[in-house]
Amino acid sequence: MFDQYDALLLARFQFAFTVSFHFIFPAFSIGLASYLAVLEGLWLWTKHEVYLNLFKYWLKIFALAFAMGVVSGIVMSYQFGTNWSVFSDKVGPVIGPLMAYEVMTAFFLEAGFLGVMLFGMTRVGPRLHFVATLAVATGTFISAFWILSANSWMQTPVGYAVNAAGQFVPENWLTIIFNPSFPYRLVHTVFAAYLTTALVVGGVGAWHLLRERSNPGARVMFSMAMGMIALVAPLQILAGDMHGLNTLEHQPTKVMAMEGHFESHPEGAPLILFGIPDQQAGTVRDAISIPKVSSLILRHELNAPMKGLDTIDRANWPYVPVVFWSFRIMVGLGMLMLALGTLSLLARFRGGLYTWRPLHWFALAMAPAGFVAVIAGWVTTEAGRQPFTVYGLLRTAASASPLEAPAVAASLLAFIVVYFIVFGAGTGYILKLMRHAPHSGESGPEAGPDGLIRTAGITPAPAVNPARTLGAEV
Amino acid sequence: MPPFLDLPTLWAFIIAFAVFAYVVMDGFDLGIGLLFPFFRPGPERDSAMNSVAPVWDGNETWLVLGGGGLMAAFPLAYAIILPALYAPLIAMVLALVLRGVAFEFRWRDPAHRRYWDLAFTTGSMVATLAQGITLGALLQGIVVEGRSYAGGWWDWLTPFSLLVGASLVVGYALLGATWLIMKSEGPLQEHSYRLARPLAIGLILCIGSVSAVTPLLSGAYYTRWFAWPQVLFTAQVPLLVCICAALLLLALSRGRERWPFLLTLGLFALSLLGLGVSIFPDVVPNAVTIHQAAAPPSSLLFMLVGASVLIPIILAYTGYSYWVFRGKTGHEGYH
Repeated sequence: MFDQYDALLLARFQFAFTVSFHFIFPAFSIGLASYLAVLEGLWLWTKHEVYLNLFKYWLKIFALAFAMGVVSGIVMSYQFGTNWSVFSDKVGPVIGPLMAYEVMTAFFLEAGFLGVMLFGMTRVGPRLHFVATLAVATGTFISAFWILSANSWMQTPVGYAVNAAGQFVPENWLTIIFNPSFPYRLVHTVFAAYLTTALVVGGVGAWHLLRERSNPGARVMFSMAMGMIALVAPLQILAGDMHGLNTLEHQPTKVMAMEGHFESHPEGAPLILFGIPDQQAGTVRDAISIPKVSSLILRHELNAPMKGLDTIDRANWPYVPVVFWSFRIMVGLGMLMLALGTLSLLARFRGGLYTWRPLHWFALAMAPAGFVAVIAGWVTTEAGRQPFTVYGLLRTAASASPLEAPAVAASLLAFIVVYFIVFGAGTGYILKLMRHAPHSGESGPEAGPDGLIRTAGITPAPAVNPARTLGAEV
Repeated sequence: MPPFLDLPTLWAFIIAFAVFAYVVMDGFDLGIGLLFPFFRPGPERDSAMNSVAPVWDGNETWLVLGGGGLMAAFPLAYAIILPALYAPLIAMVLALVLRGVAFEFRWRDPAHRRYWDLAFTTGSMVATLAQGITLGALLQGIVVEGRSYAGGWWDWLTPFSLLVGASLVVGYALLGATWLIMKSEGPLQEHSYRLARPLAIGLILCIGSVSAVTPLLSGAYYTRWFAWPQVLFTAQVPLLVCICAALLLLALSRGRERWPFLLTLGLFALSLLGLGVSIFPDVVPNAVTIHQAAAPPSSLLFMLVGASVLIPIILAYTGYSYWVFRGKTGHEGYH
């Protein structure tokens, strides 16, 4: 099946496959953990039962998404060594410690309090339970901080020296951690996670509003999600624009590929909306473009000169069609998110947020848009970094493990089979949970669907006053 | 000679600690997966699963720390060992995917619960075997040229690596059984006692045979164990193993609840110590020492600052999480 490919291409495909599958879950759980913290906080503050029901409703979904994120993440932590051993040897001294800090500050925090968050409400009482929820939410954010720092260093490497063995050796840790593209990538990715979650929550709310307009849980979640999208979508477009300007400064070839600029434009570059990039011929065929607008966006001046890929050695070109199209998918979906947010504001001010069905259908259709946009964005930035793993310094071809093609082909096939079964089933279970309308007296993840209690260990005497625990409030 | 506790040596101990913490915590939870087919569907299986559901995620994080720490502190070793053990490591991570999701999925889908139970057992079995094979293959030595692995993708498969793999299966199963002795009561506890006795004898035989073969694998191992005068120190390890094994058998026959688990952990700790005696100061046996593989001091020091503050905090809240879910998992939990 994979005979025609070499070990390098297979390893790249395997990494892309496993990391894309993995990132779907954190993209959702970073936002969802924060949303759960907000819901639980609102419940503790207002004592309105609807927040508690929504908390339990989304907590069950979180348990599934988080488990899938954890197990697909273990794969990533070993894949650097199994498939990219030369990269690990050379870059390990710099990005290894960043990832070790991710494990020590984030993974343990999330894992240590996840059990309490999922199963511990009746054992520790609502206040300590809220602390556990906050710990998990904070953990997801810290995790994003470190892993995005590591990734950003590969895009914009600074603060290092190279030793006799050819390894990158850290010289200044603050410079490495806060490398030039990191702040932009962090903000852009965290906003993306919030939008992804808001779109899912909004889509689920819309679905239940379409079926039962008066469902209080559906109303609250739809209203919260639409408010979030109306707020974050414009901020995200602004952050994306600033990220793009940063990329232009530090990784110009990536921007050339995103824009489809094979040729240089000394007197203002056109904004190519659509077209068919031809890597061989070095041109975009059938391009629909607006003259000089690319210069306006990227240089804030109509006639600013823009260099094209013709100024770059062909051996250092990324594969333009992938970067070009993934970028357009991301931007297009971003514009649709802005439209959804704006329409929801309009509906809100006219008092039709819960009754305007076209808005609900639109929100439902947009439910998966965040995932698609997030993956498209990562494809843009990762494929745009090619043909390097460490931009400009270490080539991808010189990063891979000395493995035989059949070994990588076999593992890739195994990943595809296991991932489709496991994550297919998991997505099915999440959709099944979402299909149930949120209702009064919602059960939490400590109860299985057939009524079995899943707590681990029975405290000989109740550790907390039962009157203070969740069950008593409902 | 470098001073005894320089940065690379310190990091070798920290990673050894992470590996031991992983074995302590994930060993019993993989062991419960191994024993799952012996438990009856229904309350017995559910109780066994419940005893680990809130903590399995934290347990596996130690494996990530071991792998990530190796990359950060000994990047050359990480770069040589992982490609050499490609097939078992890929099998291990895939198996951990299967068993990890089974914790949640079996509750969400009662109609297909037996399939997820099967995934839980298969995943636990493959992950355990792969970890043992990885250890065995590392011990028997891997081919290195320059800064990379230079062998084939089936080199790991030998009778010795399979022996270590099988031994780890027996060892984790015993950890699982003794954990359940501690955490359950009634029929599940009785069942666990019945499983633990033959497993304890099996583990003692396994430790004996692996220990007998290891010094013969390489001249360096033999010297490190038997050269005079350090044999006076190394001989204490097998002696302690014998004492620990005898106490374990005694504790099981007297029906003690906590001691069997703790003594099994003692056997694991002594085995790890024995492993250390065999390979120290190498990290890739007979090829790369910890000092050759170590990351530069700026990397090691940067991480050490964090590790010395964070690892105690991690142990504290991990302990808290176990404390919250303390006590027996019993049938009272089922309505």
